[in-house]
Amino acid sequence: MTREKLLDWLSVIALGVVAIGWAIPILWTFAISLHPPDEALSADNVWFGSHLTLENYTTAFNIAPFGTYYLNTIFIVVGILVVQLITSTLAGYSLARYRFRGQNVIFFIILLQLLVPISTLIVPNYATIRELRLFDTLLAVMLPYFGSALGTFLMRQTFKAVPRDLDDAARMDGANWLQTLWNVYIPPARPALVAFSLASISFHWNDFLWPLVVTNSEASRPLTVGLAIFTQLGEIGAQWPLVTAGTVIVIGPLLLLFLIFQRFFIESFLHSGIK
Amino acid sequence: MSSDSFTAKKVRRSQFGSAALPYLLVFPTLFFVLVFTVFPTLRLIYDSLFLSNQAVQIPQFIGVGNYVALFQDEAFRQVLFNTFLYGIVTVPVSIALALTLAILLNRKLRALGLYRLAYFYPAILPMVSAASIWLFMFTPDYGLVNIFFMSLHLPNLNWLGEPNLALPALMIVGIWKQTGYLMIFYLAGLQALPQDVYEAAELDGAGPFAQARHLTLPLLTGTTLFVSTIAVLNAFQTVDQVYIMTGGGPNNATDMLLFNLWQTLFSFYDIGRANAISVILIATLLIFTISNFFYGERRTQYDH
Repeated sequence: MTREKLLDWLSVIALGVVAIGWAIPILWTFAISLHPPDEALSADNVWFGSHLTLENYTTAFNIAPFGTYYLNTIFIVVGILVVQLITSTLAGYSLARYRFRGQNVIFFIILLQLLVPISTLIVPNYATIRELRLFDTLLAVMLPYFGSALGTFLMRQTFKAVPRDLDDAARMDGANWLQTLWNVYIPPARPALVAFSLASISFHWNDFLWPLVVTNSEASRPLTVGLAIFTQLGEIGAQWPLVTAGTVIVIGPLLLLFLIFQRFFIESFLHSGIK
Repeated sequence: MSSDSFTAKKVRRSQFGSAALPYLLVFPTLFFVLVFTVFPTLRLIYDSLFLSNQAVQIPQFIGVGNYVALFQDEAFRQVLFNTFLYGIVTVPVSIALALTLAILLNRKLRALGLYRLAYFYPAILPMVSAASIWLFMFTPDYGLVNIFFMSLHLPNLNWLGEPNLALPALMIVGIWKQTGYLMIFYLAGLQALPQDVYEAAELDGAGPFAQARHLTLPLLTGTTLFVSTIAVLNAFQTVDQVYIMTGGGPNNATDMLLFNLWQTLFSFYDIGRANAISVILIATLLIFTISNFFYGERRTQYDH
C-alpha cells in the first residue's frame, strides 16, 4: 500500500469517527424520546426499551404549551424579520445611493451594534422595556432588534454594486425613489436578502437570554425559554424520555427543514458571514 | 412635460424627494440602534458608578467602587478566569478541528453530504436544546459519555457535579456545537484557493502535511481571522449551557460573565454591580474585536 493510499484511508477513518461522535447525541435523543416512560434507564438498557412509544410526546404536550411557544417564536421571528428587511433596505439604500452631511457618522453609529452585542446590554434594555410598560409582551422580545447593523451593512454593500446607469435610466423614465429601489436595486439584491433572512431567523429562533429576561408567562415565552423551563420543572426531574421528547418537539421541525434545504442553508450562512 | 430646465429641476426634486429623504430612510435603523445600543451603553457606564442594590433606597455615587468590589471578590475573579479559560480552550480547539475536517473533506469523497450533515447539524439547533441533550449525555450511570468511559474500563464520573470536570463538559458542548459551523467557512475558503500553486508544490515533492502547513494555512489566514472572531464572541457570551446544565456550579466552577451578570441582576438585584460586569464584558469584547480588526488590516496591506 502506498503512503498516499494509507493517508487516504486514515483520513476517511478520522472523518467517520468524528461524524459518528457528532451524530450520536441526536440519535440517542430520538431513541430515548420513544422509550417507554415506565421502564427505567440503566447502563445495560440505554437505547431502546421493550417497544417504541409516542406516549412521552403526548405527556410533554400536556405538561407544557409547546403549541403556544411555537406560535410565539414564529411571531417573534417573522415580526423581527419583516421589520428588519424594511429598515435595513431603506437604510442601506440611503447610505449607498445618496451623499449627505453626517452620512459617515450615521453609518459608524449603526455599525456600533456589531461591536456591542445586545446580550451585553440586558440591564439597561430591561429597564427601558419596564419604562415602556412592555414587560412580558412579544413586542418586548422583538423591539431591540428592529434596527440591524448587519442587514444595513449587507444592503449597503449590495446596493453599491448596482451600476449607476440603471438607476439613472429608471429616473429618466420618471420612476420615483421607491420605484427605483423596488425595480432596480431589489432584484439583484435578492440573494443577499435571502441570506440575511436566514441568518436573522436562525439567530432569533435560537435566542435565549433576552427573551428569558423580558418574558414571564406562557403567552409571551418563545420555544427556547419554554424548553428551559420545561426541563427544569420539578415534576419532570430526571424523566429523560420526557425531557428528550420536549427537546425533539423543539428541534424536530428545524432539523427536518435543514435536511430538505441543506445546501441552501449552508450557502446562505456563508453569504451572510463572509463579507 | 416642459423641457424648461427650471421645471425639470423642480420635477426632479419632487420625484426624488427633498434633501431630507436620505435622512428619513436611514432614520428607523438609526433610531433603534440609538435607543437599544448606543444610549444603553452610555447609561450602563454611568450607572456602573453608583451603588444601587437592595441595601440603598436611592443610588449613591461611589466612583469605581463597584469595579473595586468586583476585582476584590474571589468569586468574581473565578468568573473571569472561567470565561477566559473557556475561550482559550474552545476557540483554538474548534478552529483546529474545523480546519482539519475541512481539509479532509475537500476532495472527492463518497457520502460527502452525509459527513457535512453530521458535522453541521449542531449549528442549527438552539443552544438551549443542545444543552438539554448534553445534560442527558453527561448523566452518571447511564449517560452515553459514561457508558463509553466504562466500556474502556474508565471510571463512571459525575461530570457536571465535579468542579474539575464541569467546565470541560461545557467546553465539549461548545466545541461540538460550533465546529461544523466554522468548518463551512474553511470549506468555502479552500475551494477558492488557486489550484496551480498546489500542482507546483506537488511537482516540487511537497507532501500533504507540508502543503497544509506551508500553503493552506497561510492562504487561509483571512478565514481564520474571521472564524476566530465568531468563536471568541461566542465564547464570551456563553450563557445558555450554564443556565441549563450547571447553574454556574458546582462551587462557581462554571460561572461565566454573562450568566453571572444575569444572576447578579435577577437573583441578587444588585444593579450597580451588574452594570459594572456589563462594562467589563463589553470592554473585553471591544479590545478583542478591535485588535483583530487592526491585525487583519495590517495583513491585507502586506498582501498588496
